[in-house]
Amino acid sequence: MTSFAKPSINLKNAKRNALGLTWHDYEGAMSTLCAGCGHDSVSACMAKAFFELSIEPHRAVKISGIGCSSKTTAYFLNEAHGINTVHGRMPSVATGAAAANSGLTYIGVSGDGDSLSIGMGQFAHAMRRNVNMLYMLENNGVYGLTKGQFSASADVGSKSKKGEVNLAPPIDPVTLAMSLGATFVARAFSGDREQLVPLIKAGLKHNGFGLIDVISPCVSFNDHAGSTKSYAHTYKYYHKAVHADYVPMSKEIKTSYDAGSSVPVKLHDGGSIVLRKIDEDYDPYDRGAAYAQVVERAAKGEIVTGLLYVDETQEDMAATNKLASRPLNTMPYDELCPGNAELTALQNRYR
Amino acid sequence: MNAPDGWKRQDTAPPTDTTDPDYFHKVVDCQWACPAHTPVPAYIRLIAQGRFSDAYIMNRQSNVFPGILGRVCDRPCEPACRRARVEEEPVAICRLKRVAADHKDDITDRLPKKPSKTNGKRIALIGAGPASFTVANDLAPLGYECTIFERHGVPGGLMRSNIPAFRLPESVLTEELGYILDMGVELRLNSPVGSMKALLDEGYDAVFVGTGAPKGKELSLPGRKEGDANIHIGIDWLESVAFEHTKSIGKKVLIIGVGNTAMDCCRTALRLGADDVKVMARKPRSFFKASEWELEDAEAENVAITVNHSPKSFVVENGVLTGMVFETLEYELDEKGAILSQNVTGEVTIPCDDVVLAIGQENAFEWIERDAGLKFGKWDMPVVDETTFQSTTPRVFFGGDAAFGPKNIIWAVEHGHQAAISIHQYCQDQLLLAHPANGLELTSTKMGMFEWRYSNSFDDAHRRAMPHVELAKRFKDLGTEVELGFTAEQAAIEVERCLNCDVQTIFDAPLCTECDACIDICPVDCLAITQAGDEVHLRETLDAPGLDAEQALFVSDDLPLTGRIMIKDENICLHCGLCAERCPTAAWDMQESQIIIHHVEDMAEGASQ
Repeated sequence: MTSFAKPSINLKNAKRNALGLTWHDYEGAMSTLCAGCGHDSVSACMAKAFFELSIEPHRAVKISGIGCSSKTTAYFLNEAHGINTVHGRMPSVATGAAAANSGLTYIGVSGDGDSLSIGMGQFAHAMRRNVNMLYMLENNGVYGLTKGQFSASADVGSKSKKGEVNLAPPIDPVTLAMSLGATFVARAFSGDREQLVPLIKAGLKHNGFGLIDVISPCVSFNDHAGSTKSYAHTYKYYHKAVHADYVPMSKEIKTSYDAGSSVPVKLHDGGSIVLRKIDEDYDPYDRGAAYAQVVERAAKGEIVTGLLYVDETQEDMAATNKLASRPLNTMPYDELCPGNAELTALQNRYR
Repeated sequence: MNAPDGWKRQDTAPPTDTTDPDYFHKVVDCQWACPAHTPVPAYIRLIAQGRFSDAYIMNRQSNVFPGILGRVCDRPCEPACRRARVEEEPVAICRLKRVAADHKDDITDRLPKKPSKTNGKRIALIGAGPASFTVANDLAPLGYECTIFERHGVPGGLMRSNIPAFRLPESVLTEELGYILDMGVELRLNSPVGSMKALLDEGYDAVFVGTGAPKGKELSLPGRKEGDANIHIGIDWLESVAFEHTKSIGKKVLIIGVGNTAMDCCRTALRLGADDVKVMARKPRSFFKASEWELEDAEAENVAITVNHSPKSFVVENGVLTGMVFETLEYELDEKGAILSQNVTGEVTIPCDDVVLAIGQENAFEWIERDAGLKFGKWDMPVVDETTFQSTTPRVFFGGDAAFGPKNIIWAVEHGHQAAISIHQYCQDQLLLAHPANGLELTSTKMGMFEWRYSNSFDDAHRRAMPHVELAKRFKDLGTEVELGFTAEQAAIEVERCLNCDVQTIFDAPLCTECDACIDICPVDCLAITQAGDEVHLRETLDAPGLDAEQALFVSDDLPLTGRIMIKDENICLHCGLCAERCPTAAWDMQESQIIIHHVEDMAEGASQ
């Protein structure tokens, strides 16, 4: 909270995007989260990514479940559509929305509790279906809204604020996503926007399900010594493996990207994601090898970040299921509801 | 494990030294721009609290004449005001000063008293204008016997003789000069000093020359002599009006020149019976010397300002001035607006009954004999030290327009303060070189979770317009003050427009957890956490880089977790405190910076210890 709302100042030299908007036009209501919450940084990064991509705010949809993270849909893209769903049910609503209107940009915001406990099944099936959306999992290892109990992503040995040690093994959203066939799997940190903003842009432009597991410290209940999701711990063990940049079709990819360690991945919209490997021996195109690397390095306590796995060749849900390419709300009533005769004919096929 | 690569400080802009008093002083742009360094945001806060007397006293310590300056200051503070960088117009600083002066209680018991005994040092002050009065204000309470010599029958200098009463009522002038005279200053009226040598022979311990620049510039063109009866030198004419020797002027009047004196001349002419007043300018409007607000006020009174007309001759028929001939000019300007060339395109005759010449003023030191011991330099001006205001005769000091040519009242005040320090040092046999350095005091404004002892929320109100006496009523007599002063409602809104630039964002690097909360909440994007680098590179890191390289860039010490740095562009900061409110570790704090500026009284205390 702050004592007053952030004022809107018209700076003469503010950067403007192709729509003539500033990044402040992509902001939302004032956050009511604790001062210093990682989620606020993630919200700001999302606003910046949408700004940089020049996406019209009203062509975006924000969907979330329940929790501190899920509150944040109010704190960016004021002019976008939004739904706060039942706890853990965001992926189903997003799936339905994407099926009904494939012309919008979908962003799901969830947390480690919403995704890895109550909503685990929903989360898994959205990946399996390859719903065309970006799924932001704001991961802080605790249930902040209920005063800091360990969540399903808490590491073994991590200490609670009162000193209790977590004994249950964590669910890692990244390896889970790789095993379920997700086509864009990334890990990031709310404290490094130079990495996060390009990742969000790439994830929004990826055709299919994109997951960004973003470590987003809880300043009130999980930012102390002994926590493995604190700012200090994350900065200390943070390691960038692969940097991703989205390059739109209109821009020529510069050859200055070091050949061999950087490869452009062609996207559905004609643009590209340019990957810059920081670790020479990390391979973000080989699911098995990527999985092995992440598991192996996590065992050493290292937090491997970046676009860890990407596969642009898979069809998304709409293609697989031959869904209407036109939004349902633009179809004439006759086409949308073909009438009783058609329904009877359909039913007769199953008799 | 492996620390992030490239996050180490290499060759880079060093951390900012915020203990240097000049650093935060420059952030308070208005105070920095004010020659007397009046603590503007601090006194505006006092006005906001209704503490008009306190605001007046705070002003008086710096600028001595808040009531006068609140009406007629050239206000160098306002073009510097940060508000104009985030909105259309600066805070109406000058007119808020007048609010304090108009609404204060009786403050006489808060002023320095006439000392019970003098220190035996006699100071002669020549010319009863703002410079001499400031010197007397500073020295008399310390026991110096100050005597002011004035050629006219009333004190005030150009403040009385050249600033018309419709801008500066006589009562205000009399009141503020009176405060100083009450400190035991002797005022000798009708006492022109005709000889510096004779004065020096009278054995004064020090002499201060504050005689201003009392001579109006002449325009020697054909017809000047013949038409003399209706051709007036601006400042002499204003003086003659002020002392009621001149009570009328013709119907058609031309004012030559377009400085602030010209504005006073044209508006005075309207009050003496003229109904067609034209101000004739040689150059385009961007070259005008008059302040924009003075031009506006004159134009509001239907004065026509004619550009690109260069005076050629006076037309005199049968011994009477009937008009003036002008060459019409056109200018070729470059991209920056500088003149590349000028062409004469024609000639016009403009009929008139009177002409007032307001093309500048000069010093007049005929009364200082060239063998009196003072060296004279360029343009026949006395050689005066720019820091000590001392002439080449050790016991003679200069200040105000007399020192370095025409400036304005607030400069005269600052000269007076500095000359007083020098005169004190000279009389106490101290070295003159070391005027005391400024100091800095920082105090936190934090009162609670999101509570500060200043109004930190941003108010988007626009500048209030000064209410004026209606046009029909203001020409009846010369003494009707045109500006009415802000209403209570206007003042209440205007004070909230001040951004409190003296409440500084103080950053404590070791406390920072690098969560970016401050960066995200900043309404003007003036913060960034970045890798160390040179200043040019650092500025480019910001979302909306400040365009003014004169404005400082704050560079923090290395941050504890990554070794990166916090940078802040001071240029557009709103001082709203949202960074401090969003900071989870109180690494940001909002602290009031008070610049300690020494006047002679501080030195006297130091000397007595």
